[in-house]
Formats: sequence, structure tokens, C-alpha cells
Amino acid sequence: MTLIGWLQLAVTLGLVLAVVLPLGRFMARLFAGDRTLLHPLLSPVERGFYRAAGIDPAAEQSWAGYGMAMLVFSAAGFAALYAILRLQAFLPFNPQGFAGVPPDLAFNTAISFLTNTNWQAYSGEATMSHFSQMAGLAVHNFLSAATGIALAIAVTRAFARKGSATLGNFWVDLTRATLYLLLPLSILVALAFMALGVPQTLLGSMDATTLEGLHQTIALGPVASQEAIKQLGTNGGGFFNANSSHPFENPSALTNILQIWAMLAISAALPITFGRMVGSEKQGWAILSAMAVLLVGGVALTWWAEAQGNPLVTALGVAPDMGNMEGKEVRFGQAMSALFAVATTGLSCGAVNTMHDSLMPLGGLVPMVMIQLGEVLPGGVGSGLYGMVVFCVLSVFVAGLMVGRTPEFLGKKIEAREIRLAVLAVVILPLAILGFTALAAMLPAALSSLNNAGPHGLSELLYAYSSAAGNNGSAFAGLNADTPWFNVTLGIAMVLGRFAYVLPVLAMAGSLAAKSRVAASSGTFPTTSALFVGLLVGVILILGGLQFFPALALGPVVEQVLLAAGTTF
Amino acid sequence: MTEHIRPAFVLLLLFTLLTGLAYPLALTGVDRVLFPQAAIGSPVVQKGVIVGSALVGQAFADPKYFHPRPSASGYDGLASGGSNLGPLSARLIERVKGDVAALGGPGPVPADAVTASASGLDPDISPDNARAQVARVSVARNLPQDQVRALVERQVHGRIFGFLGEAHVNVLELNLALDRLAAM
Repeated sequence: MTLIGWLQLAVTLGLVLAVVLPLGRFMARLFAGDRTLLHPLLSPVERGFYRAAGIDPAAEQSWAGYGMAMLVFSAAGFAALYAILRLQAFLPFNPQGFAGVPPDLAFNTAISFLTNTNWQAYSGEATMSHFSQMAGLAVHNFLSAATGIALAIAVTRAFARKGSATLGNFWVDLTRATLYLLLPLSILVALAFMALGVPQTLLGSMDATTLEGLHQTIALGPVASQEAIKQLGTNGGGFFNANSSHPFENPSALTNILQIWAMLAISAALPITFGRMVGSEKQGWAILSAMAVLLVGGVALTWWAEAQGNPLVTALGVAPDMGNMEGKEVRFGQAMSALFAVATTGLSCGAVNTMHDSLMPLGGLVPMVMIQLGEVLPGGVGSGLYGMVVFCVLSVFVAGLMVGRTPEFLGKKIEAREIRLAVLAVVILPLAILGFTALAAMLPAALSSLNNAGPHGLSELLYAYSSAAGNNGSAFAGLNADTPWFNVTLGIAMVLGRFAYVLPVLAMAGSLAAKSRVAASSGTFPTTSALFVGLLVGVILILGGLQFFPALALGPVVEQVLLAAGTTF
Repeated sequence: MTEHIRPAFVLLLLFTLLTGLAYPLALTGVDRVLFPQAAIGSPVVQKGVIVGSALVGQAFADPKYFHPRPSASGYDGLASGGSNLGPLSARLIERVKGDVAALGGPGPVPADAVTASASGLDPDISPDNARAQVARVSVARNLPQDQVRALVERQVHGRIFGFLGEAHVNVLELNLALDRLAAM
């Protein structure tokens, strides 16, 4: 752990922090329906979209209507994406002549992209035509991210309003998030990627004859445009199999910093949007602080574990000064590889510039825990914020229990119905993760997919279902997940993690929106204090973490103990 | 529920046209004009032949060239990826043991020389790794060691702005420079 490494981390996170306020305020204006700088250019397009789709932008929806619109939209997206993947052989922009994607893989991939997971059971450069990448996958990078933001805004309105039967209009929030936020930012970031060397072409590949006379064919495509939204929308589905470690996706230390910035920017700004809309920007900073504390702690632990190097490799006469380099690229270095690994899992992004399967036991434990804590640090665009609101509600509930008062959050009384719905949401994750992992660990057909034996094999399974249910998408990628068992069960886990989570949250929002706002009294627990931030961090760790501790003890924890003993598998 | 069907399908279609076709195709056009070489993968051309991409690693096995890192995919440009072997993997330890023995040099081996990269296409090696190969290359080329070592030092890319990333040597760039040196 070097001074220069700390400087790299500080500058990267500083660049994120620099945009949190302007971006957060911009989103607050956008979703309140105020005019922004982009309106002269884009509002005619927005109105045209509403007219064509028969949408009345002034008509608001109840929580059930909002949720139903979201479900119908997701179902339509699934159908369209599944069809594109199956039929890609007959569609344009297929220079490599790829055949249609098989049914179970197309099912898994379609669910994966519409739930903002971007789990990749396929290898991009060997499976997907340019049409599938652009008009299939990248479209859902935009739309699943916009859906997440829309849901977060609906939940925010529950606290901003009083006595309201509605939460907004899903179609309007979705359209605004895509048109005014994701598309302009993607264009800017894609232009920067292009200037820094990322390819953007409709060619299929480049043929080279090396200096030694060997033949090398290198896959190409519209990478920069895909890369921009993949990071900004915390999607994470790479153009290539190796994702952001591939030199075409992430050619230098500069593109690496831009990748990390782009995946963090919107999710880190949304708490400010929340604070702004509920009339207390301080509340936004309090939430962001809790996210930052856990994120930075995680980065430090992974970096420390990786910088030591693998003692079993060092013992063979390998210099330990570069740290554990298996599954890492020379140009990034340990600090920025650790930041990427922990941010991508804290974020529900899932892009990787390091192969997580080859991380040291503790280095790999952190990303897994970041996912299991509920993808709120700072979580996927939108999903991180509404997940955090659930933890805030549970935190004031715990505080209320301690002093025997009815808890309040931002002037809304938190009662039995809200707590039941919040708990219903948070039990989905352990149910899907531990349930499916336990099943897979007993099934020979599943175990034959493992790339590593011993406790690391269990880690591969646990990571896969954590990643799917948490809608993350990164992997201990040695696991051969392109089998009917994994394609189907991981698909189900992704659906549970997205929809079975958010529907109770929307119901909770509906119930809160209808309540009046009570004025703060001397008995109200202040939710912008450092004490609240500490309580929130504690609730996340205890509620999110303890449920997984026994499973983690059998995977990465025992692996760390065996490392000290020098056992191999 | 039925009232949602028209908005769902119409918006899906409109956004597919906008974000799935207009956005990437417009950027493709822009890139072709602004950065024509980077747009198509930064090809390196020598005597009219594409010898590789400036960004993507390739295999070198001849002792007269500097060698890249081990690759789980054998530098196949159509199949990127790492070994995905865990830290306690017996296969990993065996592989490293074999590679260390094959290098056989005095002193500890630079870590990147015996570990597989994440992409399988890492174009770079660490400066220490390049320095450790100077003796072999000099002998194979019949060049003075000092001359080859000086070449390596000239090819080291430092950290960007002095603090971003890691110092590294691009293997293809180094080998091209080496061929030019030998031809002089």
C-alpha cells in the first residue's frame, strides 16, 4: 500500500465528489419537471415520444399503477431482446456471421440485461453480432438504468409529498432519465473513450501477421458507445469476455479512471437528489457518508490483501513487490484494481478490470460481501438509493425500539405496514442467494461447472448467486455458467433480486406518500447526525452481513486459514 | 394493465432507434473522422503489413524477442479472459513453478512474468520484467547488453501525470524498436 496508490484513490474519488452536487441538483430539477439547460433541444423530442406512445405526461399513477407499468415495460423488453438474440443470424450488422443464441442462454441474457444485472454467461466477441450488442444489449443498458432511476424517484416522492395517492408517472420518469441524463452523459463519455483510443467501428475484426509470422485475428466493434453506457448505467456487461480488463475496452490508466468515475457518478449523486427533493440536502449527505465509509473500508482491505502477493507464489522465487498479479493487468496497478473491484460490487455494476476468481481469499471476500450487503454502497443507479431508503427506515425503527417511540423518517411515521414491507424486501436477497447456492452445492450437474476445487469452489457458487440476486453481474468467472441449470436458476435469481425486491418497496412508498408529515419534536431522532450515519452503517452490516457469515466462513474465510497453512487444491 | 401495452412497445421501439442505432452509428461516423486509426483498433503497420494492434498483446516465443506475460487464452484475439485460478489452486502453483524454472534466472522473478493477465491480451510487461530479459535477447541477437538495456529504458512508459497507473513497457513497441536497432 503505497503513497502513490492512496493519491490515485483520492484523486479518483475526488473527481466523483466534484460532480455529486451539480449532478444531484440537476436530477432533482429534471424529475420535479423544471426546465433544465437541455430542454430547448430535447423537450420537442420528449413531447413527440409521449404523443407517439399515447402518454399523458400529467397523469399520475398510484404505486400499483407505477409498478405495473414498470413490469409491463420489462416484459416487453424481455420479449424483444430474446427475439433479437435468437434471430441475430437473420439481422443486419453481423460481420462475423454468428448463429442465433441458444434458448437457455438467450433467456438468461435477456433477463440479465433487463434487470440491470448484465451477468454474462456468453463470451461477447464469440457470440454476439454488432446488432445484438447495439440494438439489443446496449438499449437495455439505457432502459434498465432509467427504470432503476425512475423507481428511486418514485420512492423519493413518497417522502417529498404528503397525503398523496400517487408517486408520479413511470413513462415520464423513464423518458426523462434516458433523454436528459443517460444519453447526453453517454455521448460525452463515449467521445472521451474514443479520444483515448477505444475503438468504435462496424468492422468485425482486424487481421495481423505478427513479427514472428504468426496470424492473429482481433475482434472489434462499436466498443466506445457501449462502454460509456455500460459504466454510467452501472450495467457492467462488457463488449468482450474479459470486460474492462480488455485493452480495447480499457486501454490505459486514464480510461481506467474514467471508467471508475462513470460508474460511480450517478449513484453517488442520487442521494443528493433525494435530499433536495425531500427538502433536506443534509439528509442526502448523511446517506452518502454511510455509503462512502463502507466503500472506502472495503477498498482498503482488498488492496491490502492483494498488495501482499500470494505467499505460495512468493515461495517459488517470485518477487512479491508487484503484489498478486494473477488475473490483473500491468497498466492499472494494485490500488486502482482494488478500487475497481470494490466499487463495481458496491455499485451493482459488475464490470471488472481484474479477474475476481484469482483475487486472494480476503481480496475476493470483500467484493462478495459488498454485493451481499444489498448493493447499496452506493448501489446501482436508482436501485442503490431505494435500497438505502429501506435501510434508513429499518435504522429509525431500531432506534425507535430502543427508546420506545414510534419511529419517524423525514416527518413520516414508520408503522407496522412499512416495516413489514421493508423486511419483506430485505429477506429476498438471502433467500435467493443461500437457497440456490445450497441447492447447487448438492447437485453433481452444477458442481461439474466449477473451475476450482476446495473452498474456492464453494466461493464460485456463492459469488454467482450473490451476483445474480444482487443484480451485479460480475463473477468468479472460472465457473462455467453456460449450462441449462445455471442459465435458468441464475435467471430466476436475477428476477427475484430485481422485482421481488422493488415491489414491496414501491408498496411501502405508496403507503408513506399517503401519510401527512409530522413536525419534528424534541423526541424525534435526528437522521442527519453522525450518530445516525453510524447506526445506518451498523444496520447494514448486521442485517446484510450476518446472514451470510456462515456461508462466507466455509468459503473465503476457511480459504484464508488454509493459505496460511500452505494447503492447495 | 392493457393501458400500459401501447406505451411499453412504442417507447421500446423509439428508444431502440435512438439509443440502439442512432447513438452508436452517429458515434461510429464521428470516430471515423476524428480518430480514424483508433476507431479501427490502432493497427501497427510495417512495410504495408499490419503486424498487430498497438493496444493488444500478442505472442512472442523466439529468444531474440522480448516475451509478453503468460496468457490463459494464448493471445487469441477472439477469446479474451484470464486463468480464473484461485490463490490455492494446485494448477496455478504447478504452472508458476514450471515458468519460474524455465526462466531460470538469478534472483527473484518479476511477478508479471509468471502470472496470467486478466484479459489474456495484456500488451505490457513491467520494466523489471523487460530488464530481466535483456541478457537473453542480447545473446540471441549478438548485440552488446548495454545497448539493449538502454533501449529498454527508453521504452519505459512512466506513470501518466507522474502518478496514474504503473510504469510499463509495451512489448510490441519494444520489439519493433529492437528490430530497428538490429538493422542499423
